[in-house]
Amino acid sequence: MTERITVDARGSFCPGPLMEMIAALKLAKVGDEVEVLSSDKGTAADIPEWVAKVGHTLVDSTAHGGYWSLVVRKAK
Amino acid sequence: MAKKLLIVGSGMGGTIVANGVARQIGGLLRTGEVNITVIGNTPMHLYQPGLLYVPFGRIHESELFREQTRVLDRRINFHVDPAKHIDVEKNRVTAQSGRVYDYDYLVIATGSRLMTGVIPGMAEGAHWFYDLEGARKLRTALASFAGGKIVINANAPHKCPVAPLEITFMLYDYLRNRGLLDKTEFTYTYPIGRIHALEPVAHWAKPEFEKLGIKYETFFNTSAIDPQKKEISSEEGVTLPYDLLITIPPHQGSQVIEDSNLGKGGWVPTNRTTLQREGSTNVFVVGDTTNIPISKAGSTAHFEADTVIENLVSIFKEGSWSRLYDGKVYCFVETGMTTGTYVWFNYETPPNPTPPSQMIHWFKLAYNRMYWLSARGLL
Repeated sequence: MTERITVDARGSFCPGPLMEMIAALKLAKVGDEVEVLSSDKGTAADIPEWVAKVGHTLVDSTAHGGYWSLVVRKAK
Repeated sequence: MAKKLLIVGSGMGGTIVANGVARQIGGLLRTGEVNITVIGNTPMHLYQPGLLYVPFGRIHESELFREQTRVLDRRINFHVDPAKHIDVEKNRVTAQSGRVYDYDYLVIATGSRLMTGVIPGMAEGAHWFYDLEGARKLRTALASFAGGKIVINANAPHKCPVAPLEITFMLYDYLRNRGLLDKTEFTYTYPIGRIHALEPVAHWAKPEFEKLGIKYETFFNTSAIDPQKKEISSEEGVTLPYDLLITIPPHQGSQVIEDSNLGKGGWVPTNRTTLQREGSTNVFVVGDTTNIPISKAGSTAHFEADTVIENLVSIFKEGSWSRLYDGKVYCFVETGMTTGTYVWFNYETPPNPTPPSQMIHWFKLAYNRMYWLSARGLL
């Protein structure tokens, strides 16, 4: 059974939202989804760029008031 | 009936909490209204940041260790008895000896561990300095290094986020002093799209790397290491040859956390300001063990410990507490063998590193000795 894990990385300067995404995906099963909440606008570009390189699936990218939500499905 | 404070873990976080509370509730300890017990895995206390200096012969191993019983306040009960199961519903911890430790208040400070086994070939093909055995092996490898390709490889997640840069700059100076720079090629790899997690630090370090001729490969998450071919490959599809591979291994939290169903990967879900375990009011979490998305570093453990100390003291003395952790982290950054800088930040304030100087490097060296005052709750 797949699950969705949410990491609230708002206000995280170090290690930051993408590093949190990578760490969470390492603990996830194939098919699981990881949602990262980030207050860093750069995340909205960084995470899709990395996901495209590594071959996972970007499920959603949404701008909320003052923060971004990105959802990635583990593909391998 | 005495209130029982149990601290699981005798590293930096657990030790500072134990000593800090003991120093402020001397009267309650004397009358027996409160007792403090620490259970840990080892009789020796290790100053982990000092491991960075071991490969270069810049610190003696004896400087890294003190007997835990001499670091802890004498009024604290200490047992070398690793926790095997933490039951937060029944307020008790079962240890390796079979002994059961009951508590009224619990501090979990079980730290993190190196997961060299999760990446094929890493244990056989890579060097690291995050434990004493690894640091010793790297010291031996460096002593016989006569030139070639060095890859410095950082993996997520890992503690001490500045260490990958520090080892790179220090290694550069070390090999320059040995006259080997013209025979050596450095490549630094990092998991995300810049060379350090902190954007201002990456912004400073990138031109420094370029000035020194240190190559870098970003978006590099290690998939496998081939010790025979001496190659390291990434999930992103890049393969690099090496003669000497220095890795910062991926980390996970302690096994006892997973065995107790307290958190995936050994990280305990923790409120980012109260430092209480999510779902508990009498369980605090300190240091690497939390799942809070901030640096896993000694200073984080120290500042979190300060918050927990104040709240536990208030609980024991006044029956309530109100101190919140603001996310403070402070890291020295060695930028070579003779210079250093530092960064600090919290949940609201972004980092802003100062230009490296010899004075900050000296202060870092001084702190390597002053640490024992921090651990005792004096600094």
